[in-house]
Formats: sequence, structure tokens, C-alpha cells
Amino acid sequence: MEKIFECVDLCKTFQKGRKRIEAVKNASFSIGKGEIISLVGESGSGKSTLANLMLRFLKPTGGEAFLDGKKIEDYRKKEYWKKVQAIFQDPFSSFNDFFSVKKILERAIKISSYPSPDPEERIREAVEAVNIRYEEICDKKPFELSGGQKQRLMIARIYLIKPELLIADEPTSMIDAVLRAGILELLLKLRGTTIMLITHDLALAYYISDRMLIMQNGRIVEEGEPQKILEAPEHPYTKKLIEDVPKLSEEWL
Amino acid sequence: MMLEVKDLSASYVLPEGEIRAVDDVSFSVDEGEILGIAGESGCGKSTLAFSISFLFPPPLRHVGGSVLFNGKDLKNFNDRELRKEILGTKISYVPQSSMNSLNPTRRVKDIAFDIFRAHMDISEKEMYERAKERLDLLSLPESVLNMYSVELSGGMKQRVVIALSTLLGPELLIADEPTSALDVSSQRIVLKELKKLFKDGVFKSMIIISHELIILKHLAHRIAIMYAGELVEVGETERIFKEPLHPYTKALIGSVLEPGKRVEREKIPSLPGAPPDLREKITWCRFYDRCPFADEKCKRKQELVERDGRLVRCERGKDI
Repeated sequence: MEKIFECVDLCKTFQKGRKRIEAVKNASFSIGKGEIISLVGESGSGKSTLANLMLRFLKPTGGEAFLDGKKIEDYRKKEYWKKVQAIFQDPFSSFNDFFSVKKILERAIKISSYPSPDPEERIREAVEAVNIRYEEICDKKPFELSGGQKQRLMIARIYLIKPELLIADEPTSMIDAVLRAGILELLLKLRGTTIMLITHDLALAYYISDRMLIMQNGRIVEEGEPQKILEAPEHPYTKKLIEDVPKLSEEWL
Repeated sequence: MMLEVKDLSASYVLPEGEIRAVDDVSFSVDEGEILGIAGESGCGKSTLAFSISFLFPPPLRHVGGSVLFNGKDLKNFNDRELRKEILGTKISYVPQSSMNSLNPTRRVKDIAFDIFRAHMDISEKEMYERAKERLDLLSLPESVLNMYSVELSGGMKQRVVIALSTLLGPELLIADEPTSALDVSSQRIVLKELKKLFKDGVFKSMIIISHELIILKHLAHRIAIMYAGELVEVGETERIFKEPLHPYTKALIGSVLEPGKRVEREKIPSLPGAPPDLREKITWCRFYDRCPFADEKCKRKQELVERDGRLVRCERGKDI
């Protein structure tokens, strides 16, 4: 499989007075083109720090990362963010409440590599692709929308920007169980886009990913296909994560 | 019967109209029972939770119905009496955003002391001892008492809130989405601790509210499913999971993700659309627009009726 992204010994250490916090320790992995890879671990394991490094929101304190074989720092930031985009956990703070939905999406087209002579038509398509009626929301401001609608809008924005790599950081953890499946479905519709899903929920990762990375205390401790990880976990932490997921048929509490 | 809720209705009265968030809801909780309430955001389950304690902070207003606690009608208490005699000591509440419900400028022990002072007259030393004991039950070290909430992790904060809510040994605990902000590992710890408190008799009964049906499966004896302000199905947990009668219950159970139960990716069960706008008066089945089984018969008022030892608000029932 053609590699789209690669991390080699990526590290991030935060210095807080005398305290050193090693949030990411020697992360090495690669992501194949079109793959859905998930990064699973509990709160505080360093998942989001790793995502922020990949998104260039933070500078690594060691190691390197490559997009399409080129070092990520060698891209101009504007160029880089055309290729790498993100969806965040909190749909309520993901948008600027001063702009209408239409404005926000127009801007998405503007920053993408795919400018359009007729933005309105493309916006309509994208909004309808996420199962929202365009007329219903085009003039609304983000604060007038529900959490589920906002998360859908976030995905519509990704449809318009068409990044090569999408980093989805806990995209469903603030969303209802019944709406969660709908959001996943929309993510899967992005076929062709490579997705890195970050989640604490092993069940979710199991459902949608081709490959899983398990992260504990800043370190990637296990990697493999979901079926293999579930049936034959090697690392004790992976075993614990599997145990912690609520199950329908087994005793859990 | 410890708690009996009869035809309870509550509305948010706003300039643009009235939103009936809790509509004619009736149910009961026995002593020694855990009742789960499930439903999606905006279905009124949190509003129901504080309507039970009969506090109606504006713009929420009590529209009708009553709440009997151990036979006493809460309507007969004014707000001061409620706070003094019922809340905390008889009915206690674990709020939804427990993450933000601890005052960041005060130490955990000071918050605990406030709770004691509001209800009883005991020495500070005894307050400290009692708070320490309760933290210990929740597997939290004594040092937590001297900490500020910002020094605690999410899972610990949640356990501290539970410890504080149960300080006065309430008879009924209402836990509103106690784990929705936690990761799976902390979620399991918190729920285990809640179950332990229940088994140890710290509280006698519990109402637990969640949109994750799978959590309720492991905790609740009975489950009430709420949709758009109404209860649509009430029954024993086992039976609801084995044979859900209402189409909405089916959809909720279908949305449970579980590793090992690998469905084709393209077939992840989901429920299209959104619940109806509660500002409008709906006289027929409220699930009509989203129901895969809806037909002309459903365009009339659906009553909550007993069938197979369960309450269900769907006359189609068996044929779907």
C-alpha cells in the first residue's frame, strides 16, 4: 500500500518548571493511502497531543513526520492544511458563531485546493450529503444548530476541502448513541480520504477501522488489524481496554 | 413504593412559546430498585430528573401532575422546605456536567462542610471523618479532601461529585448521565463504584439517566425509554433487550456498538432525522416521522398501554 503519512520516532515533551511530561514517546507508524486507522487509548494517554503534532499545531521535540514523503515542516502551513484537516470532539466550539453556515462553507471552498466558480451549488451538495436540508440551515449561525447538526456540518466542510488525510479526534464522543451511527456513516462516505480516528472507545474503532494503534502513556504499545487485536491482544493494556468496553452479553460491572 | 410520579408535566415557558419537555409522565421506583431512563439529547430526560425533586427553576414551570415521595406529596413543600427536608437527605442528585459542578476556588472538604452545615449540626471534626469515610468507599484517598477540583482527573472528579451527593445518605439517588464525559476505562470504574454504593446500602434506590442503553443494561432493574417528552416503553431490563416493543427502543438497541458484533460497515444501524419540535402540538405518534414502520394507522394519538407485562406507546406492537 502506498504510504501517505509516516512518523519516525516522534516525541513531544512538555516542560513545566522542573516537571517534564513526556506526552508522546517515540511514536513510529505509517498510514497507507485510503486507509482508516484508529488510535485508541484512555484520556491522558497522549492521543490528542499526537494529533496536534500531526496537524502542526505543536512542534515535536524529537523525531520527524512525513506527508507524501516530504517532511511536514517543509510545507507552507496553508498548503499543509489543504492536505491535512481535522474534526474535533466538541462540536460546540468548532465554529465561529459570528458567521452564517453559508459563509463558513464558502470559506472552506476558498481554502481548499478545489476553488469553484459556483460555490453555492457545491455547498448545497455538501450540506445535502450530510442529510441536512440546505434551505433550513444556510442562513443560520452555528449557535442555532444542535450538536448533531454541527458535527454534520463539520463533515460537510471536509467534503468541500477534500483533504488527503483527515484526523478525527473523538468525533462522536459528545454525540448521542443514536446519532453516532449516522456520523460514522458519513465518515465512511468519505472513501478515498485517508482517516485517522482518535477515540477512547475500542468498540467504535473496531467497527470502522482497517488497522488499530493502541496508545498508553505516550507510547504506541500495540498495532494490528481489529479482528486480530480483539481475538489475540498481546499487550496487557490492550487486554484491559477490551475488558473495559461494555458488552451486551457478558457481565461487565 | 418509594417514589411515585403521576401524570407529571413541565414546560419551559419562553417568549417564543411553550416547550413541553415533560409530558404526562408517570412511573414509580420501588425501594431497592434501580430505574434507568434512556433517550436522546433533548428528549426531556434531564428536565424530568429535576422535576422529580419538584424544583422548577424558571423558565421551567410545573404544569400538572404530582410527585409522591414515601407517600408525601412534594407539592405541599415550598422551595425552602424542599431544600432543607428533602433534597440531599432524601433525594439527591448527581448533575450531568459534574465536571463543572465543583467550585474551583474551594477545597473538596470545604464543599463537603457546606453540605453538612446546610443540613445538620455536627462538629468540623466529625464532618471531616464522615467525608473521609465516604471518599474511602469510593476508593479515593484522604488527600483528595485537601485538593481543589482542578487538581483532579475527570474520573476522580466524577467520583468526588458522587461522594458529595451521597454524603447525607439519601434514600434515592438521581444520576444524570454520570459518565458521559469519561473514557471507557473511567466509566467502568465510576459505574462499578456506584453499584457498590448501592449494594452497601448507602442509598436505597437509584434513577440513572443515560443515552447509552448498554450502560443501563448492566445497572438497571427496569428501563423507561423516553422520546420527545413522553415515555414510550417501560419494562424490565432483560425483557426490553430481549424483545423491544416500541420501534424507538429497537433503534436504540440497534445503535449499541459492541466489539465482536461486527456488522458490515455499510450497515451500521442508524436512525435518520431528528425528534419533533416540541413547541408544536403533536396529536399523533411523535415518532411518526422517523419510524420505519409508520403508516396511516399511526396518525392518531398513541396511549401508553400495558402489553406483555410492559407499558408501550405503540399500538402496532406485535406486527412490526
